[in-house]
Amino acid sequence: MQYTLLIILLPLLSFIVLGLMDSKLKPKVAGAIGVSVLGIITLLSYISAFEYFYLHKIEGVYEKLVPLHIEWIRFNEFLHIDLGILLDPISIMMLVVITTVSLMVNIYSLEYMKGEKGFQRYYAFLSLFTFSMLGLVVATNIFQMYIFWELVGVSSYLLIGFYYTKPSAVAASKKAFIVTRFADLGFLIGILFLSFYTKTFDFNILNSGDASIFASTAGVSFMGISVMSWTMGLIFIGGAGKSAMFPLHIWLPDAMEGPTPVSALIHAATMVVAGVFLVARLFPVYHTYAPDVLHVIAYIGAFTSLFAAVIACVQTDIKRVLAFSTISQIGFMMVGLGVSGIGGHEGHEGLGYMASMFHLFTHAMFKALLFLGAGSVIHAVHSNEMNHMGGLRKYMPITNITFLIACLAIAGIFPFSGFFSKDEILAATFQFSPYLGATMSFIAGLTAFYMFRLYFNIFWGKEHKHEHTPHESPFTMAFPLVFLAAVTVVAGFLPFGKLVTADRSEYIIHLDPIVATVSIIIAVLSITLAALMYMKEKETPKQLATTFSGIFKMASNRFYIDEVYIFITKKIIFNLVSTPIAWFDRNVIDATINNIGVVTQWTSHKTKRFQSGQVQQYAYVFLVGTLIIAAIMLFV
Amino acid sequence: MGDLLINFLSGPVPIEAYLGVSLIMFFAGVYGFLSRKSLLMILISVELMLNAADINFIVFNRYLYPGHMEGFFFALFTIAIAACETAVAIAIIINIYRNLSSVQAGELNQMKE
Repeated sequence: MQYTLLIILLPLLSFIVLGLMDSKLKPKVAGAIGVSVLGIITLLSYISAFEYFYLHKIEGVYEKLVPLHIEWIRFNEFLHIDLGILLDPISIMMLVVITTVSLMVNIYSLEYMKGEKGFQRYYAFLSLFTFSMLGLVVATNIFQMYIFWELVGVSSYLLIGFYYTKPSAVAASKKAFIVTRFADLGFLIGILFLSFYTKTFDFNILNSGDASIFASTAGVSFMGISVMSWTMGLIFIGGAGKSAMFPLHIWLPDAMEGPTPVSALIHAATMVVAGVFLVARLFPVYHTYAPDVLHVIAYIGAFTSLFAAVIACVQTDIKRVLAFSTISQIGFMMVGLGVSGIGGHEGHEGLGYMASMFHLFTHAMFKALLFLGAGSVIHAVHSNEMNHMGGLRKYMPITNITFLIACLAIAGIFPFSGFFSKDEILAATFQFSPYLGATMSFIAGLTAFYMFRLYFNIFWGKEHKHEHTPHESPFTMAFPLVFLAAVTVVAGFLPFGKLVTADRSEYIIHLDPIVATVSIIIAVLSITLAALMYMKEKETPKQLATTFSGIFKMASNRFYIDEVYIFITKKIIFNLVSTPIAWFDRNVIDATINNIGVVTQWTSHKTKRFQSGQVQQYAYVFLVGTLIIAAIMLFV
Repeated sequence: MGDLLINFLSGPVPIEAYLGVSLIMFFAGVYGFLSRKSLLMILISVELMLNAADINFIVFNRYLYPGHMEGFFFALFTIAIAACETAVAIAIIINIYRNLSSVQAGELNQMKE
């Protein structure tokens, strides 16, 4: 399956072409290049998915294929950095997800970004992002993954700051980059620890189940926690940064400053699930050598999910609601992984892993759909604020229907895709701990509530006065919506348990009827509640807001986490660390350098008269010098 | 004193006499190089120093290695090269004169500014 290399390289080529052409292409040509490249690689990734899932199953277990493997940098026998392509069920699934969503976003942007300054730059960056994300998911070793991990960070930074004349966009891009970069420091240290003890970067070796490579970690511990827990915990910090887990989530809501299709691609469907993918990729290691970290991941995921869901209930910027909803859903995926085991023929150990990957897949589709739908709405009313909308269902029927489908999917209503994936996560969580399961069910209810609050506020409710009548988006924007909506409707019936599982063998999904019924009831109740409150203009929301003004205010301000960060950085780090360092820099390092300069200048002032330009004077000095040397040699 | 003078005049010329002449020539050249203002005079001074060196070559060859010819030939080569060098130097001086209308060494300070 060597042609998978093309899937990775074509977007890079398109990035180079678009990037080097320096706005010389007509926007239409630039867009056509972007879309056609994406079309080709989407097709290729579908072909590879079919080929892989049909042909590469041996005795009920999917093979791990490495169609390409290059030794890139060699330090010694053990330590070498390789580049390559690793195909296994999760990377194939990610290829499909990334190329599909990216293609849809590329098509959608043709219209959405029409006439923007830097249209070609936008397409170049989209290609760069697609290239890096694809490189990340097929990485054969953790170092290659790290390289592409940083590359997606860069392309995310570039795209958030696409409107670089807008100060808030610039601030948001810097925030995203710095926060994730800070988290990546943990990732890097984790990688170094891991390779130090195991002498390898390779995922296949790490995940092979061979206990001998972890032998050197036995009995090593630091502060009472085993070294493998530290290592895997540090690696998870990197994943938590990219996947916006509490308390590193602060960059994601601000990242909504970027163009909406970018939010759909990067900050909803693909890049933000990189952390989930990382944990899934190293899942056997987590499961065998750091089960305690896996539990921590589950609890962090659950807390983040709850936290973000509460905030999402009171935000008024529709993109921010979706951003917090994304954080919440990624929390679900983390919980799914955290409570999972391996295996799954008897018992249900592997359910969480499978459910998490399933949810990643379905969430990517319906969340991209939600963002693109929101983009369509923003395109029509030129505002992000919920109270500038209302009653749009008459003007935008396609957006209305597709958005509704996505909302039903995320709320977990049968038969939409979100129902299946979320339900399996809930089932897995109930098996792990009923309390955690109940919490997650509550969050699922909250999800349904805030999504329908959003839906009713946009498409129902009192009509806001518009400067000009909102209109349905043209075909290039409507097509991605319809396509993703179709995927959302049917994706739940994919035989996911046969395709992507923790041990790469078949897993038979049994829907837990009690969990399924309960969660549907919760979802329907929440939707009804939202409908009662927001379908018609009513005073209830405002009354509730005043009754619970304390928590309402805190949630509106996102529980002041940003302020805490500002306090820590400005008051503590700047004052206690940066100021002394700045003093040292100015008064010791700079002063040393400056004084060297001053001394040199003084010396040259004193000696410059020697450089008179008069040959005879030079000759005289030369002669005197020679005589002095001669005298010294004779008499001393 | 008289004997010494007679010995000196009647015997073979001692090496010190030759070296004395070349020494005087050399330092006359050095003095001229440092004190003359005209480039032509400086060039002549340089020639003087070169000729002093030639004399030394010949004298040392004759007195220290009689029967060998290296010093003589070396002197011949040096004379030839000195002629070339003089031709080049005069060409440069003519060009300087064309550009600056002067051949005074003290005025050649354009490169400094």
